[in-house]
Amino acid sequence: MKFLIYRYDPESDKKPFMQTFELHSKDVQPGMMLRDALLKIKSRDETLAFRHSCGEGVCGSDAININGKNGLGCLTALSSLKEPIEVRPVPGMPIIRDLVVDMSQFFHHYRAVKPWLIVHDSEPEVEYLQSPEDRDKLDGLYECILCGCCSTACPSFWWNPDKFRGPAALLQSYRFLADSRDQATEERLEDLDGPYRMFRCHTIMNCTNVCPKGLNPSAAINNIKKLMVKDMV
Amino acid sequence: MSMDLPRRQFDTLVIGAGGGGLRAALQLAQADANVAVVSKVFPTRSHTVAAQGGINAALANVLPDNWHWHMYDTIKGSDYLGDQDAIEYMCRAASHLVVELEHAGVPFSRLDNGKIYQRPFGGQSQNFGGEQAARTCAAADRTGHVILHTLYQQNIRAKTHFFDEYFAIDLIRDDNGFILGVLVLEIETGEPLLIEAKTTLLATGGAGQLFRTNTNAHINTGDGLAMALRAGIPLQDMEFFQFHPTGVAGRGMLITEGARGEGGYLINKDGERFMERYAPHAKDLASRDVVSRAIFTEVKEGRGCGPDADYVLLKLDHLGKEVLDKRLPGICETSRTFLHIEPAEEPIPVYPTAHYTMGGIPTNRFGQVVVPVEQGEECIPGLYAVGECACVSVHGANRLGGNSLLDIVVFGRAAGNDIIQFLKNNRYHRKIDENSVQAALDHLHRWDKKDEGESVAGIRTDLQAVMEEYCGVFRTEEILKQGLEKVLEIEKRMEHVRLKDHSKIFNTARIEALEVENLLDLAVATVTSALARQESRGAHSRIDYPDRNDKQWLKHSLFFKEGRRLDYKPVTLQPLSVETFPPKPRVY
Ligand SMILES: Cc1cc2nc3c(=O)[nH]c(=O)nc-3n(C[C@H](O)[C@H](O)[C@H](O)COP(=O)(O)OP(=O)(O)OC[C@H]3O[C@@H](n4cnc5c(N)ncnc54)[C@H](O)[C@@H]3O)c2cc1C
Ligand code: SF4
Repeated sequence: MKFLIYRYDPESDKKPFMQTFELHSKDVQPGMMLRDALLKIKSRDETLAFRHSCGEGVCGSDAININGKNGLGCLTALSSLKEPIEVRPVPGMPIIRDLVVDMSQFFHHYRAVKPWLIVHDSEPEVEYLQSPEDRDKLDGLYECILCGCCSTACPSFWWNPDKFRGPAALLQSYRFLADSRDQATEERLEDLDGPYRMFRCHTIMNCTNVCPKGLNPSAAINNIKKLMVKDMV
Repeated sequence: MSMDLPRRQFDTLVIGAGGGGLRAALQLAQADANVAVVSKVFPTRSHTVAAQGGINAALANVLPDNWHWHMYDTIKGSDYLGDQDAIEYMCRAASHLVVELEHAGVPFSRLDNGKIYQRPFGGQSQNFGGEQAARTCAAADRTGHVILHTLYQQNIRAKTHFFDEYFAIDLIRDDNGFILGVLVLEIETGEPLLIEAKTTLLATGGAGQLFRTNTNAHINTGDGLAMALRAGIPLQDMEFFQFHPTGVAGRGMLITEGARGEGGYLINKDGERFMERYAPHAKDLASRDVVSRAIFTEVKEGRGCGPDADYVLLKLDHLGKEVLDKRLPGICETSRTFLHIEPAEEPIPVYPTAHYTMGGIPTNRFGQVVVPVEQGEECIPGLYAVGECACVSVHGANRLGGNSLLDIVVFGRAAGNDIIQFLKNNRYHRKIDENSVQAALDHLHRWDKKDEGESVAGIRTDLQAVMEEYCGVFRTEEILKQGLEKVLEIEKRMEHVRLKDHSKIFNTARIEALEVENLLDLAVATVTSALARQESRGAHSRIDYPDRNDKQWLKHSLFFKEGRRLDYKPVTLQPLSVETFPPKPRVY
């Protein structure tokens, strides 16, 4: 099985290049994921750098660009990929080394949407009550693992990485807007107003197409827009 | 050399951004302490994120419950090795802390009346051993994810200072025994940094990577435990390693106990619900050690499933698609992705899999690290530990499902509070011990040697295979002796291991080398402690000593790195306010 992997070590390489690796068929077991293959390759060439940890799609470390599409190495079956398998860092981010990118900007936007529950009333001694129907509204939102596949697949995010919050942060914002316990709707909506923070979204839908958790940031953004309209009337 | 090292100073330092570290940091930040959190991965990548089934608290939202019953179950689950003062403290605090998590934003699943959803889990009973209880508070099967993300979010709000992707190498300790901070490595630049602090809290998680097949993340290499060992601090009860009954056979991903809590059960090749034979009362919801041994025995006696008869099946289809989608969406996704199995139609192949480190850095219920002295024990000034790397000990010889998420928030908070007191009494930074800094730097620079040698990856693979084969679910004197020999051989080989990659920027090979060194120290600790304990208790099952022996072994082991010495200390049988639960035969 043939791989083409993006390599760049700023200490020794003048510029990035694609390196070919081959895995012998006896090294490729059925059901193997791309992350397993990268680990095999790394055991031969320890200089290959990539992030990974849980191996089951919950930690969000191993977002990479696989045959042109963003995804998680640990959830992508080798059998689903055309050869040579081309692996690159997720696009649009500063590259630290090989497949490792600098995610600071991405996390900055995440922090900027105030991703925490805001309640102004005084706290009861027991839990806040929430009906199962209200809790259902958080499904498809709270599961985000902050992998960054979506935002780094979004042209609007590439062009305005400093001003546009990006799909992941906006999905996060909606996760709190949709929470029946949260009391900061107005504040949150005001904060997203203006031409850039949210309105740079042109509904290209790349985010939704790549999300490895099957979430729909695009729909979340639409729902925020609807809330804004409601807020205005 | 240590003189031109960059240095930073904080009041208090937390190593680890899992649930334990973040809960402590939150307590500290909210008290306006100047707190820094160091983590080798971005905080929400910590392995707390993978916890599925839930967190225990006797909220009694579904069935009658109270903290005293929870306390009894935990002590019985621990096979009486748990310290009853710490267990009482934890179970009493549980309801308050779970409600606090809910107020902080955790999106728990809900009951029709709007309260937090609770499910039955293994080892839970009403009324001190009566009917099954439902004590585990859950957000579908993603409870760890929601707790970790919420705690991180609250820390951003409280303006905790984070060092993301910094690797802690060694504790800095002076001749008076004070811990003064930690030498860390910035992964992105490859530059070392000395972080000085009046207190250091270790919250570095477990060491599941000791075993080949495990439910843990790649990063769970027990670094904090090995740092403690190197600083001369013993590790407690390392022979007790939990094998979770239901890891995906051969691969290790966890299928939560919540699957059995929701009504799933195990069958062998004859379709027999075999747990009825091993635990007539609790059946599939017996303690984990009991279920794991049962599966192992079924397979060994030829009743395993599959072409090689080497696993059993977890049957869930009778629960129906609706329940599965609502309550267990995560494990359904995992089965589909990794096994191409639809749990609503087909059972899942499972086998006992290395899961949880019961042993760890010895602490009291305030999170202070304690070591034995001639009469009793004393604290190591400035050092704290919580979570899976600590041994407080609330889990004793066998942890109950749902008690670890509870452990990390309860003792994370307790340690935070105690640190606040310590800071009040210790206003100034002590002078740094340059020799200790140099020793830590030497440890790091050992990996700069450039001659030829064996690779790190080979050592890791061999070590994991040895641990799995020689220190698994069932043990004997002979097997453990061989295991120790093999681990010591690997230790010798380690001296000749070299890196090929000597670059600085994001050098993951160097990080892995440091991690494997840590694992190796822990393997020696685990096998040595297991070999010495001549009884069967909780997760430590000796075929040659099949019974629990309270006369000789109702005590905690302490392993010291120097000379591979073992010491022992008594179990605290005296709770805080209620009566002792004296050891009884343990049946489920
Ligand atoms: C798959 C799975 C499912 C589970 N489900 C449940 C459940 O349902 N209920 C329950 O109660 N328990 C469950 N557990 C157990 C529980 O999740 C863990 O025991 C608990 O989350 C550990 O938390 P922690 O804060 O101690 O460590 P972790 O969450 O593991 O965090 C460790 C932190 O330390 C950092 N760190 C480690 N070494 C270094 C170093 N050298 N330098 C810098 N940083 C370092 C890491 O980056 C990380 O931030 C489960 C465990 C697993 C593996
Ligand atoms: S929305 Fe999906 S793709 Fe985007 S960060 Fe979250 S999990 Fe990743």
